[in-house]
Amino acid sequence: MIEYWNPLVERMPVDELDKMQEKKLKSLVNYVYQHSDFYKKRFDDVGIKPQDIQTLDDLKKLPFTYKSDLRDTYPTGMFCVPNEQLVRFHVSSGTTGKPTVVGYTRNDINEWSTSLARALTSIGVGRGDVIQVSYGYGLFTGGLGLHYGAEEVGSTVLPTSSGNTDKQLELMQDLKTSAIACTPSYFLFMNEVANQTGLSIKDDTQLRVGIFGAEPWSEEMRVRIEEATGIKAYDIYGTSELSGPLCTECQYQDGIHIWADQFLLEVIDPQTGEPLGEGERGELVITTLSKEALPLIRYRIGDITVINKQPCKCGRTHPRIMRVLGRADDMLIVRGINVFPGQVESVLMTIPEVGEHFMIIVDRINELDVMKVQIEMTDEAFSDKVNDIIILEKKVESSLKHVLNLAVKVELVEKGTIPRSMGKAKKVMDNRKL
Amino acid sequence: MEEKIIKQISLFAENKPGRLANIAANFRKADINIRAFTIAEAGDFGIIRMVVDKPDVAHEVLHDAGFTVSETSVLGVEMEDVPGGLGKIADVLGGQNINIDYAYAFVTKTEKALLILRVSDIGASIQVLSGAGVKLIDMADIQEI
Repeated sequence: MIEYWNPLVERMPVDELDKMQEKKLKSLVNYVYQHSDFYKKRFDDVGIKPQDIQTLDDLKKLPFTYKSDLRDTYPTGMFCVPNEQLVRFHVSSGTTGKPTVVGYTRNDINEWSTSLARALTSIGVGRGDVIQVSYGYGLFTGGLGLHYGAEEVGSTVLPTSSGNTDKQLELMQDLKTSAIACTPSYFLFMNEVANQTGLSIKDDTQLRVGIFGAEPWSEEMRVRIEEATGIKAYDIYGTSELSGPLCTECQYQDGIHIWADQFLLEVIDPQTGEPLGEGERGELVITTLSKEALPLIRYRIGDITVINKQPCKCGRTHPRIMRVLGRADDMLIVRGINVFPGQVESVLMTIPEVGEHFMIIVDRINELDVMKVQIEMTDEAFSDKVNDIIILEKKVESSLKHVLNLAVKVELVEKGTIPRSMGKAKKVMDNRKL
Repeated sequence: MEEKIIKQISLFAENKPGRLANIAANFRKADINIRAFTIAEAGDFGIIRMVVDKPDVAHEVLHDAGFTVSETSVLGVEMEDVPGGLGKIADVLGGQNINIDYAYAFVTKTEKALLILRVSDIGASIQVLSGAGVKLIDMADIQEI
């Protein structure tokens, strides 16, 4: 039997969901126009009044909001409530610029927890489960987000945060962790440490579910993780601007259900900004329908994906976004060709001789971009004949070239030398001075 | 026949400073003596091949030190120090269509030349070489060198 957290909402007929979205959109537009000088000016600049927005179709009349808007109005210039109504701040890491600040009212925290409670229920996690939250706690939204969501569904939280891997593994055994939430790279690292100490996550722990996100990962990586550790691995989606980690795949692992009562999705052509049809790959644009402190109108989140509105086998009617290949910010342009680290990972994970860790290095040599992929030699793949190793490098090079349409140099390095990560793994070194 | 197989230690190493020193330090700690040693280098990486007096211990310490390391079965051929010694071995193997993947030689304290060979078919090589009167050394001989 399939369980739901909010069965009435999660299985609401699509036309009713549309009506609900329309109603919420109209009130949102009024709300931001009244409560935010930023949005009022943005709307006035293009001559849009709240009453111009009457249907979902009118959404495209509204101007986009960008990550740079959050930076330009740092720290709280886009907030729609006075500070005394806030119960929490989170601050994003700011690797690409000034940090961005997100504020939450009590209701924002509740909505966030509800979203995760629905998601956890959809993957069979609830009362009786011990959830080890190995996302970082603190300014980053991963740790506290999952923490509140897990408590909401009645699971027992083990708030390990990230790092201290030996301790994590010890507690995983002793307290019978059944679900873990962290980045996929950290979980791989944990598994590596476990193996080194003779511990098998598959045989020696009760772990059965992994909730992995905060960095893009591929379907092929899922197969690797599930085979190596005997768990079911689920993708989770969210960013701090939308509150934090929010939504997961359901038990069928076929796209991430985004709750339509909380978020309105569009996919656009990133160049022209024109909306694309269902099933077309483009840049995801999200309008928040329930947030109070920091509502976002047509926010250019930058992820490249496809929306699937077909009904899901699980009975949920909310749209799904198919596996996020990468964030537009992560995309590399090498000799004019777009390359996502996720594509590289997809290719590498289909080659059994290749381990889980890799690093993409891009240089500009004599005015020419050169892309190199470092992979680690594994005990299984090692042959002491030089030619066998060169054949392996060529095999990986030709698979990458086939998919990326770009010549890539593959370099085998010693195992354990590519940096491991406790949080978001850095998979690209772009040494070009662009 | 088994006893004629020599366990060689093969190891993957990036071509960067300090790798060899690291191996040497591990061997010194574990009191392991290197009998024969060669590096096959191919640009960014190299394969280090060694015949040591305690191959199982060597494998363990290098593996624990994080190296990608394997034990490879090779042959040790005692060569007469006369012209044509190498030619004879190559002829015998070639006649049986056995390929030599790689080879390296060293000279012992007893002034014999020893040739280490990795071949495509180790069982057949032992038979034909022994049949042709070529002396193959074993792990016990390696301890003595």
